[in-house]
Amino acid sequence: MASMQTLTLPTRRDEAWRYSDHAALTRVWPTLAAPERIVVAAGEEAVRIVDALPESGILQIEAELGEGARLALFGLVAGHDYGRLEVAVRLASGAHLELGAAILGGGAQTLEVVTRIDHAEPDATSNQVVRSVLGGRATGSFLGKVHVARDAQRTDAEQSVKAMLLDRGATANAVPQLEIYADDVKCAHGATVGELEAMGLFYMAARGIPPAVAKRLMLQAFIADAFVEAGDAGEALEARATEYLGSLL
Amino acid sequence: MLEIHNLHATVADKPILKGLSLSINAGEIHAIMGPNGAGKSTLGYTLAGRPGYEVTEGSATLKGEDLLALEPHERAAAGLFLGFQYPVEIPGVSNLQFLREALNAQRKARGEEPLSGAEFMRLAREKAALLSMDMEMLKRPVNVGFSGGEKKRAEMVQMGIIDPALAILDETDSGLDIDALRIVGEGINSIMRRPDRAVLLITHYQRLLDIVRPDYVHILSGGRIVRTGGPELALELEERGYEAVA
Repeated sequence: MASMQTLTLPTRRDEAWRYSDHAALTRVWPTLAAPERIVVAAGEEAVRIVDALPESGILQIEAELGEGARLALFGLVAGHDYGRLEVAVRLASGAHLELGAAILGGGAQTLEVVTRIDHAEPDATSNQVVRSVLGGRATGSFLGKVHVARDAQRTDAEQSVKAMLLDRGATANAVPQLEIYADDVKCAHGATVGELEAMGLFYMAARGIPPAVAKRLMLQAFIADAFVEAGDAGEALEARATEYLGSLL
Repeated sequence: MLEIHNLHATVADKPILKGLSLSINAGEIHAIMGPNGAGKSTLGYTLAGRPGYEVTEGSATLKGEDLLALEPHERAAAGLFLGFQYPVEIPGVSNLQFLREALNAQRKARGEEPLSGAEFMRLAREKAALLSMDMEMLKRPVNVGFSGGEKKRAEMVQMGIIDPALAILDETDSGLDIDALRIVGEGINSIMRRPDRAVLLITHYQRLLDIVRPDYVHILSGGRIVRTGGPELALELEERGYEAVA
């Protein structure tokens, strides 16, 4: 499979690292752990919950899904000055990847989710949902590459990326990238960047809900999209996310 | 209960309210009628503190408290409830979660203990039943996918749960069919027709006033109250129109 692991220190010219915090990278690069490998055998199912990034702030996961296998991967990217969740997945025939991630950043944090989904064989499906909430001067980025091999017919790959900016200095980047070499495929991607609805905030205030609580409720609902498919594990992630949200408001 | 004196307000620098005065005592129900653009909704929004609605002159107090000095959520805790002409959808936040947060935030602001989950659910069930609203509806996100009539009924369930001192209801009767109008009207009576409560109904039509009988009817025109009378004034308006009456 095409690995995203780079042995030499990446530069801004490397597409997958263009929004990264290179000063932080230079510091942590020598100590960076090898990518975590997940292999899901044909017909099997696996779940990986990333409720915290390692101390380096960088977690790289390489997954290989056998025929008809299913991997559900949910992550929270928060709490680091530089945080990066990088996921490379190869899907064999009929396999499915469900990926949900929330990026919650404040201050001057640089946080990113970078994915490369390789639809190597026919009939595989992938669904990626990424929600970002960014305050202060934080930067949150999603770079998502979907590669559909020449004979990977009937691929169905979806990406939904939404960001909410709490302050004028915050930045959201969304870069979906599709490389499609098959002709019978469904690849949908949608990206939006917005702010909290003023009328919704006023409606909540008119019922007595203070602004910070109103914002937290709306943002919780916003990021919940990313963990909808995670079941009980999703609730734990949402609880952690709520703590981070509190610090952004 | 509510004392408004010489209230002037602008929206986007445009004067809308131009010296409005109004006094509502506890136990009273008042109706405000008036042509489109007279400032009826602006009055509700200004009193509730909607951002962008600037008071340039005058005063408004609720039970002696200066409303205009308070943040919107503090006005709610002080006892003001604004029923919205167009209730706002809040995706992903259930009615029950929304209302429990609202009620307990208000109780906290007043120095009262929060309601427990069980106490809150009992209260919600009681008020939903009053408005013939299925509890399942209250588990759904606030106003999302609700019909116009369901939104208005949901607002009245909110009012029942929050139990405000003063309710300003902005065209709560619009978008209601005859049955829903009766349910909503009777809901207003049962929740608010009490000696220590008061209501300001903003409406275009007599039909709500047949159910919620007002003590006073005011005509708002050009940003001021131009005429005040008893319930018969609404009937006169219905027959002759604003132009002839105001």
